Amino acid sequence: MSDMRILIIEDDRDTAAYLAKAFREAGHVADQANDGLTGYDLALEGAYDVAIVDRMLPKMDGLTLVGSLRSQNNETPVLILSALGQVDDRVKGLRAGGDDYLSKPYAFSELLARVEALARRRPKGAPEETVLRVADLTLDRLSHKVTRRAEEIVLQPREFRLLEYLMQNAGKVVTRTMLLEHVWDYHFDPQTNVIDVHVSRLRAKIDRDFDAPLLSTVRGAGYMIRDGAR
Amino acid sequence: MTALGKLFRATAFRLALAILLLSAVGAGIVLTVIAWEVVSVVDREISQTIDAEAKGLIDAFNTGGLDTLRALIEARKREPNASLYLLTNPIGEPLAGNVQQIPAEVLSHPGFLPIEYRANESGGRDRQALVGVYVLPYGLRLLIGHDLGDRGRIGAVMTRALALSLIFFAVLGALGALFVARRVLQRIDDINTSAHGIMAGDLTRRLPVSGSGDELDRLAEGLNEMLGRIAELMEGLREVSDNIAHDLRTPLTRLRNHAEAALAFGGDAASYRLALEKTIEESDALIKIFNALLLIARAEAGGDVGPPQLVDVGEAARSVAELYEPIAEEEGVALIVRVQGPLTVRGNRELIGQAIANLVDNSLKYGASNRGSDDAEAKPDVVIAAERIGGSIVLTIADRGPGIAPADRARVLDRFVRLEGSRSRPGSGLGLSLAAAVARMHGGSVELEDNEPGLRVRLTLPAADPPALPADLVMNDRNAR
Repeated sequence: MSDMRILIIEDDRDTAAYLAKAFREAGHVADQANDGLTGYDLALEGAYDVAIVDRMLPKMDGLTLVGSLRSQNNETPVLILSALGQVDDRVKGLRAGGDDYLSKPYAFSELLARVEALARRRPKGAPEETVLRVADLTLDRLSHKVTRRAEEIVLQPREFRLLEYLMQNAGKVVTRTMLLEHVWDYHFDPQTNVIDVHVSRLRAKIDRDFDAPLLSTVRGAGYMIRDGAR
Repeated sequence: MTALGKLFRATAFRLALAILLLSAVGAGIVLTVIAWEVVSVVDREISQTIDAEAKGLIDAFNTGGLDTLRALIEARKREPNASLYLLTNPIGEPLAGNVQQIPAEVLSHPGFLPIEYRANESGGRDRQALVGVYVLPYGLRLLIGHDLGDRGRIGAVMTRALALSLIFFAVLGALGALFVARRVLQRIDDINTSAHGIMAGDLTRRLPVSGSGDELDRLAEGLNEMLGRIAELMEGLREVSDNIAHDLRTPLTRLRNHAEAALAFGGDAASYRLALEKTIEESDALIKIFNALLLIARAEAGGDVGPPQLVDVGEAARSVAELYEPIAEEEGVALIVRVQGPLTVRGNRELIGQAIANLVDNSLKYGASNRGSDDAEAKPDVVIAAERIGGSIVLTIADRGPGIAPADRARVLDRFVRLEGSRSRPGSGLGLSLAAAVARMHGGSVELEDNEPGLRVRLTLPAADPPALPADLVMNDRNAR
């Protein structure tokens, strides 16, 4: 997906400029604010698809900013960036009203994937789609059935959730840590390539017997499911 | 501040003075009450004596008439230490007695009352007396009084006793206050001197303990314990920074070499790209090591990890096993989970999960290869078992790998320790240390045992009480969101 409006609230001008440039290159529109108050005003005025908020900002810190936005009924998805590595920072950030959390240092590919995943979240209160479709692959969340070309594919519960998350983000890159977070609910970095093994198992089930693969590996970033993957 | 000023400002001194003041007031009250009681007893005795005497005189009047009474009074008043007597006619003119100058209204109120009078012989001096006034037939009035000199003397004795005891109290109290304050001040000064020494950087120094077990000793002991803990943490921190310096130097050098080599030897865009990719790869590895170290340091410092949640260790073991199951399968290892009952502990789900993941990761990495070669029966399986033993939740991860020699078992829990034969494999040497740090942080431990053959890692965590909780109360991160 392209052409999202992204607001970057980050006091380090170098970082902010680098992020803005990188997001523009990825095909998005990016604005910068270098302190909390300016960022807050911009976030209230502009209809941004995502705001990236640094935790420590001059004039108004990141968590206060997010809390204030939420108290103004502004539901702009917010990703909190933090250089603090405390174990409970993530929980604090999410409690304050953030939608996702990434600690510094991060890879831009990770940030991009997370921002893109945030942007197309359905509005609050909208009904969840019960059937997800990518090309000829169908996942029914109610009956827990997965079919491809009318052929049923039997998946383990965890494989089902893995596929579900990938299909919810169809057409977008999903990183390994995002998968670990959403499918296993862990936020640490597993030492070995455990996620890759799970994905390749899933791939064997949904792609092996079909000529058009749907699940592709995005080098240096993660995975993506879409129609017409290589 | 002068030494004297310091003394007067000392809490102990002020306290002692306050106690002194209170005891002095107390002594005053006691003495006053005693004096008052004595006086009323004396008064009662006097009035009884007066009553008895009056009865005698009135009897004499009733049998012998006025003349007998007058004669009797005249006789009585001449006796040594005579009482006061006054007999008057209805209009108040004295008929007999030894009293002059009595307030007129005294005679018109029968009963007892204290008065001031002037005796006949003692020209002029007013004295105090307790008098009883009786009405006789024909309107005659009889007054009998006893001098209150005795009572006054008792009062004087009491006053002197009070004054003396107050002086005694003041002197004793002041001395006591001085002594206590000096003693306490001396101790506090000692403690203060030590504290300044410690602040100046001598962390091995401790506050003096007198050995008397008093509250200052207890305070000093408490502070000493705190200092011990601080010194321990500082030592840990120093160790971490030493280790970081040591172990980050190699990858940092490698990182620098890649960049330098790319610059020095040049090449096409593709080789630059390769060099950059390698650089990022190296930095990522560095960041991972750094994060792991920080996490270990935080866990060891018992730092801020947020409010504890109820974590089901069995559930954590199952989910970690499920996460690693495909890897195990690739390695040709059966990953077996045996969990019994609810195994709830209080802690951080994320950290406990990571600790278990590290242990499982290790078992798969080192336990799968070099299978217990001399034992043909040994299957290359990894068994994760969790159960409640007494007040503890015990999770064991047992493999059939080469195991770890007893001499090395404690050592491998330290940071960056990688045994011979494992250095060629990927890893930072921090997995076990992190698991051990997480266990310690939760009040538990990690022990390594012989699985005969193989290695068995035992992770012990204190169970959360009550032992059984409804599953919907078991918080995980998703609920917290």
